[in-house]
Amino acid sequence: MNELKPAQAGTLESNDIMITMAPGAQGSGVIIDLESIVLAQYGPAIKQTIAAVVAEQNVTDIYIKAVDRGALDCTIQARTLTALARTGVILQKELI
Amino acid sequence: MDLRRTMLFMPGNNPGMLQNGGVFGADAIILDLEDAVAPQEKDAARLLVAQSLKTVDYGTSEKVVRINPLDTFARIDIPAIVPCCPDAILVPKVESSEDIQEVARLVAVAEKPGQAQVKLIALLETPRGIAEAYRIAKADKRVVALAFGAEDYTASLGAKRTKEGTEIFTARTIVVNSAAAVGIQSIDTPFTDVNDIEGLVADTQLAKQLGFKGKLSINPRQIDDIHKVFNPTVQDINWAERIIKAIRKAEAEGAGVASLDGKMVDAPIVARAELILYLARLLGLAEEA
Repeated sequence: MNELKPAQAGTLESNDIMITMAPGAQGSGVIIDLESIVLAQYGPAIKQTIAAVVAEQNVTDIYIKAVDRGALDCTIQARTLTALARTGVILQKELI
Repeated sequence: MDLRRTMLFMPGNNPGMLQNGGVFGADAIILDLEDAVAPQEKDAARLLVAQSLKTVDYGTSEKVVRINPLDTFARIDIPAIVPCCPDAILVPKVESSEDIQEVARLVAVAEKPGQAQVKLIALLETPRGIAEAYRIAKADKRVVALAFGAEDYTASLGAKRTKEGTEIFTARTIVVNSAAAVGIQSIDTPFTDVNDIEGLVADTQLAKQLGFKGKLSINPRQIDDIHKVFNPTVQDINWAERIIKAIRKAEAEGAGVASLDGKMVDAPIVARAELILYLARLLGLAEEA
């Protein structure tokens, strides 16, 4: 895997989610810090969607700040993938 | 025949627009990776459009993706987008048959086994593209339509873009004729003043009169008015039904040519009437089979 660098994807517009990622120390795990206008209703589901994409890319140590403005799953997945790609992770072809 | 009266552009990096693309009733929606996306956001838009194609229900709208030109990001866009099963790819700034053949080759490589063949629509928006229109139209069997982009075209010409469109008249007729020569559709340039509905209707009527089968659209508010122009009218449908009745009667009497209201009805007239009735049935405007 390439060395990770901090990166960001998405916007703060309605229906979008802004995802910022920073590499974590080895063994720090995947930490997801989520702000959302629908945190009470969909917080766990949004975190699960982000975590699933990160896991599929075999990233194990990363800090993720996500600010959600009502994004659908497909948008959360796309923004997470974009941020991961911008950190230097090479995308698996089947996810594109 | 696929209806392409309206092909509505949606900015490829705008989740709100992409997720609602199916509700506007356009015959086709174009998820745009080119002009609507800033260069530093091409990667984000590509992934967003790919995910949207896989998950968003666009209803009956044809799913079209405008990729970037071959000399920029097309070679990255195609393998990312094609496996997500768009119905068609809109190829911008096409200037030669080789451009289309190269895109067709890349698309064929990117298609998954069993996937419906992805169609191509060539967007002609340069003087060279217009000059090569016929060869582009017949460059590959995937090409189902030629579309015309007048803004870049007139910029290249150095001509002022006007509402009347005198400066694009020749290019429009070349696009229509080239497409018709190989039996594919022609789609007109968008009308860019979204607040001028009267101008939109007049421009669309001209496009229909010239032979275009549809119009690119940049705003959902334009869709209904464009559809109204391209839909057959009640008078059209009545005329077509009378033509078909007249020719059937003549055939029953052993004649190949009929007469209606003192005018000869022969094969080209019948073909036009059949097309009107086909469209009317497709659009639910006529019940007659």
